[in-house]
Amino acid sequence: MDWILLLEQSLNGLQFGLMLFLLAAGLTLVFGIMDMINLAHGSLYMVGAYLAATVMASTGSFVLAVAGALAGTAIIGMLLEVSVLRRLYERDHLSQVLATFAILLIANEVVRIVFGSQALMLNMPEALSGPVELLPDFTYPAYRLVIIAVGLAVAVLLYLLVAKTRVGMLVRAGASNREMAMAMGVNVKRLFTAVFAVGAALSALAGAMLGPLLAVQVGMGENILILAFVVIVIGGIGSIRGALAGALLVGVVDTMGRTLLPMSLRAVLPPSMAANLGSSLASILIYVLMAAVLFWRPQGLFPARGG
Amino acid sequence: MASILDHPLHAKVALSGLAALIALPLVMQAVDQPFYTVLASRILIFALVASSLNLIVGFGGMVCFGHAAFFGAGAYVVGILMFHGVSSAWAAWPAAVAVAMLAALVIGAVSLRTRGVYFIMITLAFAQMVYYIFVSLKVYGGDDGLPLGARSLLGLGLDLKSDVTFYYVVLAIFAVAFFFLARLLNSRFGRVLQGIRENETRMEALGYPVYRYKLIAFVLAGAVAGLGGALLANQNELTTPTMLHWTQSGTLLIMVILGGVGFLYGGLLGAAVFLLLEEVLSGYTIHWQLGVGLVLLAVVLYAPNGLSTLLRRGRAGG
Repeated sequence: MDWILLLEQSLNGLQFGLMLFLLAAGLTLVFGIMDMINLAHGSLYMVGAYLAATVMASTGSFVLAVAGALAGTAIIGMLLEVSVLRRLYERDHLSQVLATFAILLIANEVVRIVFGSQALMLNMPEALSGPVELLPDFTYPAYRLVIIAVGLAVAVLLYLLVAKTRVGMLVRAGASNREMAMAMGVNVKRLFTAVFAVGAALSALAGAMLGPLLAVQVGMGENILILAFVVIVIGGIGSIRGALAGALLVGVVDTMGRTLLPMSLRAVLPPSMAANLGSSLASILIYVLMAAVLFWRPQGLFPARGG
Repeated sequence: MASILDHPLHAKVALSGLAALIALPLVMQAVDQPFYTVLASRILIFALVASSLNLIVGFGGMVCFGHAAFFGAGAYVVGILMFHGVSSAWAAWPAAVAVAMLAALVIGAVSLRTRGVYFIMITLAFAQMVYYIFVSLKVYGGDDGLPLGARSLLGLGLDLKSDVTFYYVVLAIFAVAFFFLARLLNSRFGRVLQGIRENETRMEALGYPVYRYKLIAFVLAGAVAGLGGALLANQNELTTPTMLHWTQSGTLLIMVILGGVGFLYGGLLGAAVFLLLEEVLSGYTIHWQLGVGLVLLAVVLYAPNGLSTLLRRGRAGG
């Protein structure tokens, strides 16, 4: 086995996993604290990517683009929470599915009306577009390294925020026992809005960072949303730690599976068949993982709720 | 005395509805709008599948987010058999039902050991597996789907190539299935199922084999969804992986919620309103999804149990 390929794929897996974590962090908090299934979370990711592409096109600065996407999407998320989602917390999951699916449809069309149905280009910053030599004979795209660094930094910040601050304590209290937190006088309404805004900003960050690697287009949020659900189910609903573990697991398993499975199948099957079968087996792999976790450990690997 | 566990067919409503549906193609031919017969077939097929989903979601309390797996599997069985030269409906349609049943048995047997949100997620996971399996089958079209080339051969002097004939076949299947669903819900089985929805532990304590009841309902719903898939594949003369995608499971669930969860006519009403809304709005604007989204949102916020709420309110007021 070629160790350079292995190293490259592990870094790719890490990078993908960290971006999934950005999406899953918001989703798991909303799910865990407000007991709310939010199918529109992927739309915030899409909106973030679109905002970044727009700011990038008009200013040419990638930093401004990311900042604009973060701020804009946080505001949109907050408005969404205050106007619609807030009314759904007390409703059953079915109503939440219907309402957030409706929001997903609305968001797709509004984006299509505002930005057109053509996919947008979001260029990565000039300075980061080249490769970096990490080890002798081993180069890796600089931009992907930046994504990894940003992802790790956010993970650490989020950990400190949740584990070490007062706000974080309230969030954890909400995730482990909502009624009790309310009874103890936590201003749950404001907390929920804040959590939702942070979750929206994080998914926008993922959208803006992944924008240059993937196409910025309508519907980009739908497939990654399901992956984010896989992540939070594997990790344990409501748990940030679980979201990180689940995201890295899914990112690495998915990426490694996509390269290693076709390679190992090529030994026994014709090449084109090996490539097809390998990539679909890799796609299936994470769902098998999720079903297995649900079957044997329904609370996930790192359950948030005590008892 | 009427109980909330009774789900009467309302003979007058059912018969007049059936009469209207029988007359529909004749009227459409008279006014030279044959397209609406095709649309009506599509609505009835989705009504069939949505009603089967309503059986488990609305009456069994099992929120399945993977119903597209059975729906799509049924479609692919017809497509694949056709690809290999088997075009008889008498072979292909029962095969579609059998495969969907088997899939539901396997998926249900594992999934029904979980509850609530976890059940939603595990059915989603299984449906995604089925989706990727069919995407990877390049022989059968992969991403692009598999064209059928022709509709199944039914014999009996009926030619499914004619849209009107096809419509009547779909209507007959729907009517039988719907009548069966109504009978089932008002039978002992239906009562037990609704008891399980209300309080599983209590039903367990009363000695009912809860798991077995849920699994039977799940397999039954999967079988009907498979039949619906076989019909839709015939109507479109095409099967595609989008029939298996999670958004398809979502759409089916939306139809049920829109029409009314646990309301006998919920699946029919939801499928009809959803597809008509789509049809009407797409005639006016390419941004029809915006309209569909807004209507759905309004329904959730103002009619908590879907359109059935409005009917009940109307009845109480009148």
